[in-house]
Amino acid sequence: MSALPTAARRPEPSWPASPAEGRDATGARVEFRSLRRAFGPTVALDGLDLTAEPGELLALLGPSGCGKTTALRVLAGFEQPDSGEVLVDGEDITRIPANRRDAGMVFQSYSLFPHLNARDNVAFGLRVRKVAAAERHAAAADLLDLVGLPDHGGRFPHQMSGGQQQRVALARALALRPRVLLLDEPLSALDAKVRLTLREEIRRLQLSLGITTIFVTHDQEEALSMADRVAVLNAGRLEQCAPPAELYERPATAFVAEFVGTMNRLPGRLTGTGSVEVAGSTLPVDGEAPTGGGPVDVLIRPEGVRAEADPDGTATVVSASFLGSVTRVLLDLRGGVAVKADLPSRDAADLLPGVRARVTPVPRPVFVVPAAPAREPSAGKAEA
Amino acid sequence: MAALTPASTARAVAPVKTARRPRYWRGAVLTVAGLYFLTPLISSFVFTVQVPNQGLTFAAYSGILSADGFTESLFLSLSLAAATIVLALLLVVPALVAVRLGPPRLRAVVEIVCMLPLVVPPIALVTGIATVLRWGPDHFSRTPLYQTFLAVQNESFPVVLVLAYTVLALPFVHRSLDAGLRAVDVPTLVEAARNCGAGRLYVILRVILPNLRSSLAGASFLTLALVLGEYTVASLLGFRPFAVWIVSVSGAEARMSVAVSLLSLLITWALLLVLSRAGTGSAAAVPAAAPTPVPGKE
Repeated sequence: MSALPTAARRPEPSWPASPAEGRDATGARVEFRSLRRAFGPTVALDGLDLTAEPGELLALLGPSGCGKTTALRVLAGFEQPDSGEVLVDGEDITRIPANRRDAGMVFQSYSLFPHLNARDNVAFGLRVRKVAAAERHAAAADLLDLVGLPDHGGRFPHQMSGGQQQRVALARALALRPRVLLLDEPLSALDAKVRLTLREEIRRLQLSLGITTIFVTHDQEEALSMADRVAVLNAGRLEQCAPPAELYERPATAFVAEFVGTMNRLPGRLTGTGSVEVAGSTLPVDGEAPTGGGPVDVLIRPEGVRAEADPDGTATVVSASFLGSVTRVLLDLRGGVAVKADLPSRDAADLLPGVRARVTPVPRPVFVVPAAPAREPSAGKAEA
Repeated sequence: MAALTPASTARAVAPVKTARRPRYWRGAVLTVAGLYFLTPLISSFVFTVQVPNQGLTFAAYSGILSADGFTESLFLSLSLAAATIVLALLLVVPALVAVRLGPPRLRAVVEIVCMLPLVVPPIALVTGIATVLRWGPDHFSRTPLYQTFLAVQNESFPVVLVLAYTVLALPFVHRSLDAGLRAVDVPTLVEAARNCGAGRLYVILRVILPNLRSSLAGASFLTLALVLGEYTVASLLGFRPFAVWIVSVSGAEARMSVAVSLLSLLITWALLLVLSRAGTGSAAAVPAAAPTPVPGKE
């Protein structure tokens, strides 16, 4: 598998004119305004407001049924919203048919036309627009070269691997020089190794072309590693849209805090002064603290937990996983609560399974959520 | 070592023996089946060329082309078959594509409607059609529909037969196309083509139909075979396509009618070959349900 050429190594591709030609190379601005879409009693989008800035890669992330694919399909024109608007560069495209949207899309299930070879698949859109055969074949060759498949033009979809098919699908989506590139979980059907390579190449290509890209995924690692910004959706609503680091470090809601990255959920008690007692420490509550006292669950990331061997400690080491510079230690707190701690590997050398340890949270603001009603013996969960 | 050799040889031979047994059975089954199908054909052929007191003669075959009504009835049947194929495909393809893209419950409705002709005997169908054809002109004599009733019964090309045959062919066309469409991810292909700027008609003609070539060929062949061999409807409505002509000449020219039957079988096989070639096509015609690619086969 050859790497995609970068913009520096390769001049602007020469595939032919489309309505997009001559447009600002920084890409289009995409806005969802108060989008609502329901399928019977199920509300897929519940007043979604979201903007993708020109030239950025925006990932839509969320659990199944959160509305991320529906939002993408509304943008592509495959779904009509019940209310709300979709704007591209300020133009309302909500009622424009899908075949006039000027948005290239890559589907999860490859979706290449089985009766056409790779070259004709890529050139399909150009043929629809009645571009001359010689011109569209040259353009298809150019695009196949761009996605690293210069010698695969004559192959049919069933003669190519999944990764190769997705590259061809990507080339096809780019053939008409769309204003927006839409990626609907394009890597989810691929194996881990190909997925890793292809996501790097998609990102490199997106950066070199400067095309605004909206990328739907349920894989948070994919979203965090590829996107300029990640929009976390839940029940059809936007929870937070922020750069990956901000999303991880400063989640706006408890849902985002729990959904993105690994999170410990520890039992605590509000003190009534904007702080919470957890694991023997008192920590400030992030965001608006619930009024009054009482039991709550405290959300702390593994790197926000310190642990050291101590014969008088209240925790017991269950396991330790060496991850290079960091070791992830799983500890069992008193009461059957499990907690994960990411420690520098040199500090975790003594934390062998069965060793007693003392656990202390790093003193920084934490999120609190209502306490789980019935805690199982090991319900203190460290969610991945 | 020497002691092991015979045993290992026996072990090596044993599977060969067991592997050969099914081949005998296979041969026996094929022979019985071949005799079942070929005996009537060979007997028919012998009947047409062996004339008592004259010996071997091909007069029954040489006289076919000059036989009264042969060319007209064959041409009429082929024309009716072509029109029926076109009409049936025009009805069923858009309907099946639409139900693939629409609510799944519509699929069952379309299937039931298309399968209904299987449970309605052709005699019942033709009785109904004949009643309507008799009743219509009396009630629509002062309207443009009167001319329509006459036009559909035009002897040179009876449209009413096309309509009746289309109904009779619906189950076969539906089954064939439905099997083909099951192997194609229609919604995704349609969306992918629409995303490339294609209109709905372009999508059906350039994306869906090329992936249904085998199914279309199968549906066309079944319809062709049905129309060429259909007797009841045409005979009772008073038309004279090929099957009716064969029966009509069998009284006076028994050998010729059998010779024509044999030839019609050969014509049908030849058309089947042509259609199956059209269905499989060139290297571009890949299986609609292409095998799932092996992830990571880079």
